[in-house]
Amino acid sequence: MQKNLKQALIAICVAACIVAFATGVASAAKEQFKFGLLLVGPYNDHGWSQAHYEAGHYVEKNVSGTQMIYIDKVNPADRPGVTIPQLVDDLVEKGAKLIIANSDDMKDGTREAAAMHPDVKFLHISGDDVLTGKSGKNLTNLMGRMEYGKMMAGFAAAMTTKTGKIGYLGPLVNEETRRLAASCYLGARYAWEKVLKKDVKDLKFQVTWIGFWFNIPGVTADPTQVAQNFYDTGYDVVISGIDTTEAVVVAGQKRNEGKKVWAVPYDYVGACDGASAVCLGVPYFNWGPSYTELIKEAMGGSWSPKWLWYGPDWKNINDPDTSTIGFVYGAALGDDAKSALNTFIADLGTGKLNLFKGPLSYQDGTEFLKTGVSATDKQIWYMEQLLKGMDGQSSAK
Amino acid sequence: MTMAQITSPGPAQLLKFVREFGLTLTVVVLFTTLVLLIAGAPPLDAYFYILKGSLGSWVKISHVLKTWVPLTLCGAGLLYTFRIGLWNIGIEGQVMMGAVFATLTLRLGLNSQWPMWFLGLSFAAAALGGGLWALIAGFLKTKGGVNEIFAGLGMNFVAQGLILWLIFGPWKRPGVASMSGTEIFPQSLWLPYISSLRLSPAAIALAVTAVLITAVMLRYSRIGLCLKAIGGNSQACVLYGLTPTHFMLLAMMFAGGFAGIAGCLQVSGVYHRLLPAISSNYGYLALLVVMLSNYNVWVVPFVAFFFACLNVGSIQLPMMLQLDSSLAGVIQGALVLATLAVSAWRGRRAKIFEAQTQEAVAK
Repeated sequence: MQKNLKQALIAICVAACIVAFATGVASAAKEQFKFGLLLVGPYNDHGWSQAHYEAGHYVEKNVSGTQMIYIDKVNPADRPGVTIPQLVDDLVEKGAKLIIANSDDMKDGTREAAAMHPDVKFLHISGDDVLTGKSGKNLTNLMGRMEYGKMMAGFAAAMTTKTGKIGYLGPLVNEETRRLAASCYLGARYAWEKVLKKDVKDLKFQVTWIGFWFNIPGVTADPTQVAQNFYDTGYDVVISGIDTTEAVVVAGQKRNEGKKVWAVPYDYVGACDGASAVCLGVPYFNWGPSYTELIKEAMGGSWSPKWLWYGPDWKNINDPDTSTIGFVYGAALGDDAKSALNTFIADLGTGKLNLFKGPLSYQDGTEFLKTGVSATDKQIWYMEQLLKGMDGQSSAK
Repeated sequence: MTMAQITSPGPAQLLKFVREFGLTLTVVVLFTTLVLLIAGAPPLDAYFYILKGSLGSWVKISHVLKTWVPLTLCGAGLLYTFRIGLWNIGIEGQVMMGAVFATLTLRLGLNSQWPMWFLGLSFAAAALGGGLWALIAGFLKTKGGVNEIFAGLGMNFVAQGLILWLIFGPWKRPGVASMSGTEIFPQSLWLPYISSLRLSPAAIALAVTAVLITAVMLRYSRIGLCLKAIGGNSQACVLYGLTPTHFMLLAMMFAGGFAGIAGCLQVSGVYHRLLPAISSNYGYLALLVVMLSNYNVWVVPFVAFFFACLNVGSIQLPMMLQLDSSLAGVIQGALVLATLAVSAWRGRRAKIFEAQTQEAVAK
């Protein structure tokens, strides 16, 4: 009788151990590192937001134990009444340990949410809160040095244009968009003057802003109309600076009507797809590697607030595992332009060429960089105006 | 029943209302389920996520209340205009003008030593802004003979245009031209809130007060009686010495005032700045809320709460099921249509019943 009891006790103990072990294993397997991704536009916009969305998947694939929860169209026009802190509350409830906010438009909301959730890590794309010291210990800023990509875009545009008129379809006006438009112009001017040996006076570079990162009917200018207007008034290459693909779509339509026009889209590696007749190439962001690095830091506990500005991997700017900025050549780019662009990229990579070097003047003629002086990161980041030679609004009127 | 013929509900009537509401809800659930099935989504999961996403935690309920407050304020305001038989579509613009006047006041208080004074003042200014904006539509109606629906819609566009101009022009952020909105206000000018709950007691108090004031005004005051009389028959009431135009303007001002306060809360309590979509469509949504509440002041807060739950909870659909969150709009729209259909059906049935009774009496 007593023996039986003893055996039974042992059996129960063993069973309990097995169950405890099994649940322990199960919960360890279940315990994933969840990260939330807030996208300002649709996840499939073939532009800015899709680049982030695919980077999220890249992380899920390459860092084991990670899981993404994303929500797209996070902006007051698409989701009335929904705020960033509200979405962050929800993602944190769902177990997210790190939140990525992918838009300049989310700057204030992200900072507010980060203050409310000191234990959660925040990655704000394109912001400068760490530089300005406005944010706490749990927020990091990340941006890509798209200036290089934009120089390549401008270069390709100037090599291609027959009319010497390049249009820039700009989003809203702020420091980021000013420096990117200016980079395009610098690339275009270089190709025009140094490669094509033409007079810079014959190069027209017009910037037209729509007022936001993408079309909001009734609120912004319609990017489709802006692009049409460019093509109808003699601009034969339009470079896009907005999150979505209107420029390359309108170019395709104009091409079907028989016009010799081109476009350079932006943001997303696949933005040229389906527009091979007009697409000169696309400068794009590849957020996968930097996301991976930062998420690994957060998982490993070595997180610290940083302001990061990552450039291309000059060994191969299109390496998906190392390069934050890339440029894919479009099918419509001519052979001469292609080989000139190859040299241009190589020279940028070696540092032989630095386009942000004086003498450079702002649009109103005031000095930006003295002769021979190279711009610092901060000078580029905080450009106050467009450059001399560019047409269009430098800031709000 | 027209919107002006509202009597205080007895138990039998309340039972009838509940029965009809149940019928309406069934129709809507069937319809929404059909939509979900067509979209290829699991309907039960969708409803579950909306429920959990709106009432699943205290913080979620706070976010629901954040939506509930402006909806209830607008709903309370609309009761005045509906009572007198006016369709105040312009309520959306009145919310926007409230937001504009509030922003103006808060901007004046930017470097002030007493930010709380400016915060308080912003509510008064917002009520004034919304009220005046509504008054313009009211004058167009009473003096110009312009239907208040068209006047209101027109004024909504003007208000939106004004906001866009302010954001892109005089109130732009330094060096920036963006439709993102104006510079965020310092925290001293935010409506105080309990940070762990994300809840502003002042906002809740405002909404509750608005409902109470409206209930007392409409049910027990002379103004309420006059509004009802004019709403019932605007020609006959002249015989009693009432001037319909005066009361129409008064009703518009009340509606605009409440809407303006809702706009102020959007600025000081939710977004802490002015942005193009500041009204969040709460004005239009409140029209549906009031219609669905059968123009009953005690029902409005509950329907508003239900709509707020739908609005907040539906964000789960894209997050958890990769569905478009506009389903909330589908449900809300279907609810109103179903209500109208049920009420039309009830009206027809009543007529048939009346005819049968008369026939029986004649025999």
